[in-house]
Amino acid sequence: MSPLVSIVNVEKHFGSFHALKGVSLDVKAGEVLCIIGASGSGKTTLLRCVNQLVEPDAGAIWIDGELTGFRIQGQSLHKLPEAEIARQRLATGMVFQRFNLFPHMTALENIMEGPVQVQRRPKREVEAEARALLARVGLEAKADSYPANLSGGQQQRVAIARALCMRPKLMLFDEPTSALDPELVGDVLAAMKELARSGMTMIVVTHELGFAREVADRVVFMDHGAIVESGPADAVLGNPREARTQAFLSAVLS
Amino acid sequence: MSALPDISGFRHVPSRHWGRWLAVAVILVLLALLVRAFAQGQIEWDYVGRFLTAPAILQGLVNTIWMSIAAMALGIALGVGTAIMRMSPNPVLQGVAMGYTWLFRGTPVILQLLLWFNLALVFPRLGFGDWSFRTVDVVTPALAALLGLGINQGAYTSEVVRGGMLSVDTGQYEAAKAIGMTRLRALRRIVFPQAMRVIIPPLGNEFIGMVKLTSLASVIQFAEILHNAQNIYYANSRVIELLIVAGIWYLVVVSVLTPAQMLLERRFSRGAGGGR
Repeated sequence: MSPLVSIVNVEKHFGSFHALKGVSLDVKAGEVLCIIGASGSGKTTLLRCVNQLVEPDAGAIWIDGELTGFRIQGQSLHKLPEAEIARQRLATGMVFQRFNLFPHMTALENIMEGPVQVQRRPKREVEAEARALLARVGLEAKADSYPANLSGGQQQRVAIARALCMRPKLMLFDEPTSALDPELVGDVLAAMKELARSGMTMIVVTHELGFAREVADRVVFMDHGAIVESGPADAVLGNPREARTQAFLSAVLS
Repeated sequence: MSALPDISGFRHVPSRHWGRWLAVAVILVLLALLVRAFAQGQIEWDYVGRFLTAPAILQGLVNTIWMSIAAMALGIALGVGTAIMRMSPNPVLQGVAMGYTWLFRGTPVILQLLLWFNLALVFPRLGFGDWSFRTVDVVTPALAALLGLGINQGAYTSEVVRGGMLSVDTGQYEAAKAIGMTRLRALRRIVFPQAMRVIIPPLGNEFIGMVKLTSLASVIQFAEILHNAQNIYYANSRVIELLIVAGIWYLVVVSVLTPAQMLLERRFSRGAGGGR
């Protein structure tokens, strides 16, 4: 079976900074992949390339067999128009480090915005689904609360529900617990574990090694814009082969 | 340690603000002197009362109000369009927006009004082929005032709107993109509703400015309130009385706008701050 996501030789520069140095990675449907590494290692940039918030300088990303960002015509690649890129982004749901809920909308309105405004699904059906998703992340009572009246952990769970309501094939998490107070991390990780058990394909950039060990099918360690080591969570986290992985893990765990 | 006195039953006495009472007294005296001066000065107050509701003055008031609204509406439409162009990734649109702002902020409004009013000197006829009109018939004082005031306002409003758009966190654009929105839809649904909170106070300011700016259109014979007041005093020489009449009406219009702005601000403060 072909992978759901194929990342092939992706390069990215920000000015003189070489953020991604020819990264290749496949993610199978239903797989939970955790990307770990120090800040500046390129893990967030790689994640943002997958839903085209960052445009790679070279290389390509396929999602479910569809080349993202470009149309192949003969021997050349043509940049897709904005509306097509927006349509391709519907395949991925994104959860941000800083939640990025829309502050002028209630939790329920945040979740319904995309399905109703972008996907043009019937409002009544979407509302029922949105309320069910809120219940799934344990926030059915907060449907009418504005983000300013929710804790960080509650906001992040609403953000997860918002992404899920678009019915994506793949969920991307960009350090979803890094901006949270320690006592709020558990609820968000619990929601993510439940999602992983339900069979969702997930790419998670995280510093939560405990979560990675428990939930990830595969862990990728990145350093200086390249993948250093990748494999089953127990192997990479418990018995790393590469010196740089060992150094990173001992620094994090000490 | 020495025993502290028991003060549990004592009365709290607020501090007395003697300075404030003194200031009130001084202000009242000055105010009384001012009122006396104007009462004894050469102003016929019954003329003010009589002309306050004269038909020409009321007609001028109506013209001032609709011109303020129309010019502001044109200014906001142009301002929003220009701000979006300025923030667009397209360098051509950016350049057009910057050029427009530069040109119309860089010249006095009164000069722009005179240019629009005298457009016939440049283009004697407007239209295409057989379908054309004499410019002097089309560009009336009202149209010239609307174009002059509205287009000038657009240049200023674009900067107010751009400031509002810049005040919205970039994470909001990214979150909007992540749920499949195009740039324009993200602006309309996500960015502008949040930017409004920042845009409305300066825009209220600009609207109040516009009410008074319409008086400049008197130089191109637009029959707004100051123009009509002047026409009356040219005939009856009651200069100060009629200027006071116009002044009173400007104050009335501006006084109505302030609570209207507060209502708008409340409307767009949804979800902001909010206590638990």
